[in-house]
Amino acid sequence: MQPVATTFFFYFLSGLTLASGVLVITRKNPVHSALALIFGLLAQAGLYLMLYAPFVAGVQIILYAGGIMVLFLFVIMLVNLERSQKEEQFNKQWLVGIVAAAALGVLFVLVYMKGADLFPVRMTLPTESNNTQEIGVMLYGQYMFAFEIASLLLLVAIIGAVVMAKKRI
Amino acid sequence: MAPIGTLHYLVTAASLFVLGVIGVLTRRNVVIVLMSIELILNAVNLNLVAFSRIWGLHGQVFAIFVITDAAAEAAVGLGILIAFFRNRETVNVDEVDLLKW
Amino acid sequence: MLDYVTSYLSSNTTPGQAGNVLWVLIYILVVFGAVSVAVMAMNWLERKALAHFQIRLGPMRVGPHGLLQPIADAIKLLTKEDIVPAEADKFVFWIAPLIILCASFTVYIVVPFGPTHAITDLNIGILFMLGVSSLSVLGVVMAGWASNSHYPLIGALRSSAQMVSYEVAMGMTVVSAVLMTSLNKTGTGTLSMIGIVQAQQSQQIWFLFKFFPLGLIAFAIFAIAMVAETNRAPFDLPEAESELTAGFHTEYSGLRWSLFMLGEYAAMIAVSSIAVTLWLGGWLRPFPNTLTGGAWDLVFSLVPGLLFIALAVIAFVGVVRMPKHPYFRIQTIGLAGFGAVLGLIGLILFAPPVRDRIQDIFWFTAKVAGFMYLYIWYRATFPRYRFDQLMKVGWKVLLPIAIGVLILTAVLGVLL
Repeated sequence: MQPVATTFFFYFLSGLTLASGVLVITRKNPVHSALALIFGLLAQAGLYLMLYAPFVAGVQIILYAGGIMVLFLFVIMLVNLERSQKEEQFNKQWLVGIVAAAALGVLFVLVYMKGADLFPVRMTLPTESNNTQEIGVMLYGQYMFAFEIASLLLLVAIIGAVVMAKKRI
Repeated sequence: MAPIGTLHYLVTAASLFVLGVIGVLTRRNVVIVLMSIELILNAVNLNLVAFSRIWGLHGQVFAIFVITDAAAEAAVGLGILIAFFRNRETVNVDEVDLLKW
Repeated sequence: MLDYVTSYLSSNTTPGQAGNVLWVLIYILVVFGAVSVAVMAMNWLERKALAHFQIRLGPMRVGPHGLLQPIADAIKLLTKEDIVPAEADKFVFWIAPLIILCASFTVYIVVPFGPTHAITDLNIGILFMLGVSSLSVLGVVMAGWASNSHYPLIGALRSSAQMVSYEVAMGMTVVSAVLMTSLNKTGTGTLSMIGIVQAQQSQQIWFLFKFFPLGLIAFAIFAIAMVAETNRAPFDLPEAESELTAGFHTEYSGLRWSLFMLGEYAAMIAVSSIAVTLWLGGWLRPFPNTLTGGAWDLVFSLVPGLLFIALAVIAFVGVVRMPKHPYFRIQTIGLAGFGAVLGLIGLILFAPPVRDRIQDIFWFTAKVAGFMYLYIWYRATFPRYRFDQLMKVGWKVLLPIAIGVLILTAVLGVLL
């Protein structure tokens, strides 16, 4: 499969992801934030496709955009108060928060500058026809233990969520 | 324009991470804090998948586990939010102060 | 430049895999146009078929036998006043039908009309289709919430709960069908849509009949779950007129409502094409491996032409039975013209070059059309499920049977 217009698609998709990130943290209405996050997740699935990870992209669309965000929208509809939108949106320590995040960003930049010779610039094009099969082999072979623990974790999460959302235990 | 290399994806992931951290640290609405946590997890996933392009499929398998854990955590977090909202009628993070002295 | 155009014609892959952007755009336009025409035809067929099930006639006045009724409906919807509720969230109100429309139409980029007649062939094809069709739940939830009114909100919550519940059973049956693809000689399964149909071709059995009755049960569960997934009768409580005054699209009028309907019918056609690809052999003609040989190929290749000629004959019978009154002259002429067009298409489909190329697309479309008729038949026949009965069926009946079928398929696949 020939890659077409890689540069344009990368800048478009990553721009969409970052713009959605900005919208998530700045919107007053949580439904608008959830909508922006959905678009960001879909753009990220596109980025995974560009990185030759089609299975992870499919899982992202099904689970994240189609499952977790539906859960978020349900809860937003349940707890949405008009009052919460008229209050202050940012808390008192917003400046300290932004300074801390900026320091983190500077740390990232330093790390990337120092370690830039670790990653090759030109990446080879892998075959993607059996990506799903190889992930399956790894998941059920090498990472079998982690797989079973993840299923146990999901069971615990289901029981916990059901118990906590009940009116009377 | 330089050809798109790993560094481009890492910079995108880092910016997404920083945006998520800003969201967690500065917003008052609990739902938006939870959504910023999802942003952070997504940035980590992007990082993992970008590196798995060079160094084998382990990154993608770990990314799948991260997505699974994010689903479990979102479910439990929102359950806690609903339980709290039923008692206190507010979604403000500053009001979650029952254990404060 | 001309090279770019003709280089694709000599390759035997889908245009997405060949990386040819021009042909991808052409295929997208053709599929989009075909789906829109199919939605309009489905609208007409639904009204006429429901009417005949209920021993009445349906639309007869607008065109001959109501053939122009969808166009009249479209014109009416386009010219209606666009009402937005007072306190509604305008942006979310505007974007909800667009999300449903985009989610329903994006699915078509992997639908295989033939071994090379798809827009592209992702190697995660079936996963992509399931995931993108689950994005329409988001549109439903947002439509209900943005209308700022009780009935849409309850309808949206019920509809999204129903869609999410039946998606789980759908996913399980799809996995059991994908398991069957790995039973061919090379031992590797595939998630790509074209690969699934080619696996059926090489294993010489439609997955409907494989490991009888497991394939049949899986197909039946998928057929029930797909009706619930698209909010159609008998699972249409969220949009039932007598219970919820049209559910989540109550407050939408005119063009916005028609976008909802377009998205719903497109989603119906999309999940039907999943069912056709996974269990009914996709574009394969009936009996591709038992009745082989040039003679049988010729017989089956004459079927499209014969079908259209038969439709033309039915149209001419209708012309003969039209009342002989001057008021009906224009309808008679219209129906005769329609019959002539159908006959002409039938004659074109007899010509050998067209006959050979149209086979795959024709059989795929015929099977999907059969499913569309089933949808209308269900609507006319079954009473509506109550919401708790609906959820009970989804979680307590379909899901355990689907998991059981999956386990049995896996066990039989390893043993046999």
